[in-house]
Amino acid sequence: MAVLPADFADLEPFAGWAIPTEKARYAKRLSSTMEELQAFYDAALPRTDAVTSYLEQFDMNELPEDAQRLLWLYCSLVTVSFPVEVWRQPRVPDSGSCALDASNPPFEKKPL
Amino acid sequence: MPHFTKPDEGSWTEHYGLGTGPISYEDSISPEHYELERDAIFRRTWLNVGRVEQLRRKGSYFTRELDAARTSVVIVRGSDDKVRAFYNICRHRGNKLVWNDFPGEETSGTCRQFTCKYHGWRYDLEGACTFVQQEDEFFDLDKGDYGLVPVRAEVWEGFIFVNLDPNAPPLQEYMGELGAGLAGYPFHKMTQVHRYRSEVRSNWKLYIDAFTEFYHAPVLHAKQAVADESRKLQNVGYEALAYQVDGPHGMVSSWGGMSPPKDLNMVKPIERVLHSGLFGPWDVPDIGLDELPPGLNPARHPAWGLDSFLFFPNFMVLIWKTNWVLTYHYWPTSYNTHIFEGTCYFVPPKNARERLAQEMAVVTFKEYGLQDSNTLEATQTMLESRVVTEFPLNDQEILLRLLHKAAQGYVDEYRRSSNAQGRKPETAARVSAAS
Repeated sequence: MAVLPADFADLEPFAGWAIPTEKARYAKRLSSTMEELQAFYDAALPRTDAVTSYLEQFDMNELPEDAQRLLWLYCSLVTVSFPVEVWRQPRVPDSGSCALDASNPPFEKKPL
Repeated sequence: MPHFTKPDEGSWTEHYGLGTGPISYEDSISPEHYELERDAIFRRTWLNVGRVEQLRRKGSYFTRELDAARTSVVIVRGSDDKVRAFYNICRHRGNKLVWNDFPGEETSGTCRQFTCKYHGWRYDLEGACTFVQQEDEFFDLDKGDYGLVPVRAEVWEGFIFVNLDPNAPPLQEYMGELGAGLAGYPFHKMTQVHRYRSEVRSNWKLYIDAFTEFYHAPVLHAKQAVADESRKLQNVGYEALAYQVDGPHGMVSSWGGMSPPKDLNMVKPIERVLHSGLFGPWDVPDIGLDELPPGLNPARHPAWGLDSFLFFPNFMVLIWKTNWVLTYHYWPTSYNTHIFEGTCYFVPPKNARERLAQEMAVVTFKEYGLQDSNTLEATQTMLESRVVTEFPLNDQEILLRLLHKAAQGYVDEYRRSSNAQGRKPETAARVSAAS
């Protein structure tokens, strides 16, 4: 069953990246291969303008569920862009012993 | 040749009289020195524990574990809307009053009163003891004598501070000229908050060192710029627009012309499509500020990008030209460990495009932050080897001199007052706080 809006059926193979929290998005990045990250990036980046235009029709506080998932998918694109564009590896170089995790999801539906 | 004007003395460091010799890092590797800092600094200075927006309603509260200050506090909005703080301890037999699941973890919520988990003693939002289980079984007990022990709590520009020292000057005075210079900045409009937290294996001052100089940026973060830009940045090096020092507090004012960039080829593809990056979203929200407060961009330089303030001991505020804010907190847990908190504040996004632009800025902060923290354990362990004991600092590292000098000053003053009183002052502080 499709989890993303119908206009973005081409991104369904990457729907596993529609993850609500930054910490979990980063964890998926660390457990992925560079090939997997590159494939997601290559599919999603060229669609950014279409996605943001589509999402812009909704109020941030009233996103339909499939649109919310599409937004999370693009939050993941941000997370994945760093290994693909900068590091050439999933982890920030030399960061073996450190973690810096988001401790709250920002308020997607109910602004603070 | 400096690109930006320096003071007549020839350097910022000499202008502020901070000395130019190499400095020792013994203050960051000695367990004994850390024990002194806990009482001399963390039990005597104003500590920022949060913002008023975290206490939205009467009865909203949160706890803070102040390990360095040897205590836990609860901060609450009272029935009269006033923000108060109390030591987080029940007056009956000393149980921690407010906690969930794990006594060492912070918590928050909204309540009508505080009830101790142990024997059900209750306290109202103003700290008065209102109920004692089986009161008749006690001996001449007057509930009026058993209110929660207050901690001084004051608010600066919506930031809530506590101070365990009953004799400390008021917060407004403590924040000095640098604090006064930010009066009126609309922090309250930036309620879209992303919080980051990290347990770091270094002395708390080492991370502040890393974040109060940008000298490292063109080198440590070289790869985060596209190749041509990175080479240019490294050749030029880093120079601030201005530094200011007032008492133990300091600030660095920096250029930052990347938001939006002059040439799209200067930035990465993801930044081009999301219109955002390290310096924040390119589409800048209106925050109703006709003119910057006098404390921002003190050099009034057209290339201004951000100002970074260190309010001693452990609170940093970064204000970006692009109308968002970052704060950093460094909470020591031992001489060579601390908890770092990085918090990003934005005007709430109106739509998903703005939300993604903010995500881009936040994640860029995280990637930089991970690069910054990865050097800290490496520095701490080698400093502890004591193979080298003195280290040169350049003029762009002036705020490191300030931090270590200010911290040492508090420790020296504490030692003097200990000797003069002929008793251990931490004991004195606890007695007077409770009386």
